[in-house]
Amino acid sequence: MNTPPDTKTIEPQIRQFIASNILYSTEGFTYTDETSLLREGIIDSLGVVELVEFVQTRFGVKVDQQEVIPDNFDSVARLAAYVRKKLAGGG
Amino acid sequence: MKFTKNALNIDPARETERIVQFIRQNVRQTMRRQGGVVGISGGIDSAVVAALSVRAFGPQKVVTVMMPDKDSDTLSEKLARELAAGLGLKPLLEDITGALTGFDCYRRRDDAIRRIFPEYDASTGYKAKIVLPQDLLEAGTLNFFSVTVVKPDGTEENRPLAPRDMLEIVAATNLKQRSRMSTLYFHAEARQYAVMGTANKNEYAQGFFVKYGDGGADIQPIAHLFKTQIYQLARYLGVPEGIQTRTPTTDTYSAPCDQQEFFFRLPFQTLDLLWIALEHKVPVPEVAQVMGLTVLQVERAFDDITRKERTTQFLRMLPPIPTPAEPVSL
Repeated sequence: MNTPPDTKTIEPQIRQFIASNILYSTEGFTYTDETSLLREGIIDSLGVVELVEFVQTRFGVKVDQQEVIPDNFDSVARLAAYVRKKLAGGG
Repeated sequence: MKFTKNALNIDPARETERIVQFIRQNVRQTMRRQGGVVGISGGIDSAVVAALSVRAFGPQKVVTVMMPDKDSDTLSEKLARELAAGLGLKPLLEDITGALTGFDCYRRRDDAIRRIFPEYDASTGYKAKIVLPQDLLEAGTLNFFSVTVVKPDGTEENRPLAPRDMLEIVAATNLKQRSRMSTLYFHAEARQYAVMGTANKNEYAQGFFVKYGDGGADIQPIAHLFKTQIYQLARYLGVPEGIQTRTPTTDTYSAPCDQQEFFFRLPFQTLDLLWIALEHKVPVPEVAQVMGLTVLQVERAFDDITRKERTTQFLRMLPPIPTPAEPVSL
């Protein structure tokens, strides 16, 4: 039986993923959870693909192409909300 | 700026003369090169650069090179030959398939595609291309690349790309542009000529070029012009009708793939008007009203333009060099 994803720590996991795999930062994620990842230039087209793969593998959610929009992927807070909604069976 | 749908109109005669002077000054006086080499693809941009180069140097000092590979559309060579003939030039043909096979371009690319579509087999008629979603204005979807495979029976299937697969497919196909760049530099260096870049403003500023590939040139004479302005110059310069009416293509992937589905996501007329409005800081409601779009649609397009420009900055950067080392003592 698969271990269910830890939904209490979604934000820290996203922050850590972005810091390590997109920003290659040694100082962690130094933005707020509301910072626009797109406007700040934190993620490009590869970053979008990486984030999609990350939420699919880490949280076991199936991301539909139509759901790859700023409302769901533009900040840590929005992405965490999207993941929670998907895990709850919504969307 | 009073924003209208005519905001992109230029005087093609005056702009042609200005660019011709720019080419002469930079290539002859600054670079000390006596002519130009242009890779011609049968597309509008290289056609315009070839025509401008002939005006700048004369046909005796311009070399045009066609560089197809086994994935290229045969129409490209036909149109390129028509262009060259009209300019009084004899184009060189350099098939780069052998060079690309040597680089293992096709195997590397196809191995990555097969991780997504195990049944993909180029030798049995499968073709592939990389695409972006086409609903930018309607849904505001992000630039999420996926791969579309065209099966031998003509049906298409699209699946999302994982990061590793995307990087490998792009890296493999970029070998094409870099092989072409190497070929152009051979012909340029052998004659003391300059390599004439063919990137337009859309490609250059939005990052739709390969660093040290098609971005590798000695001069970029049309990188300040929007695609729709290139068409205005093409009409003035008498570029063959078949080139003027051809849908801009990447001519990089085995499956037909136009530049809108691969990268730009909007028709050029729409994209260019939105972009010039953004550059001139025209208020969003005014842009929306003139173009018959909603405020939200204009904002989505502005965001996409800004994002691409920002996230591709490294493509336009020269390699950074540290400041001089400090001597221990003078």
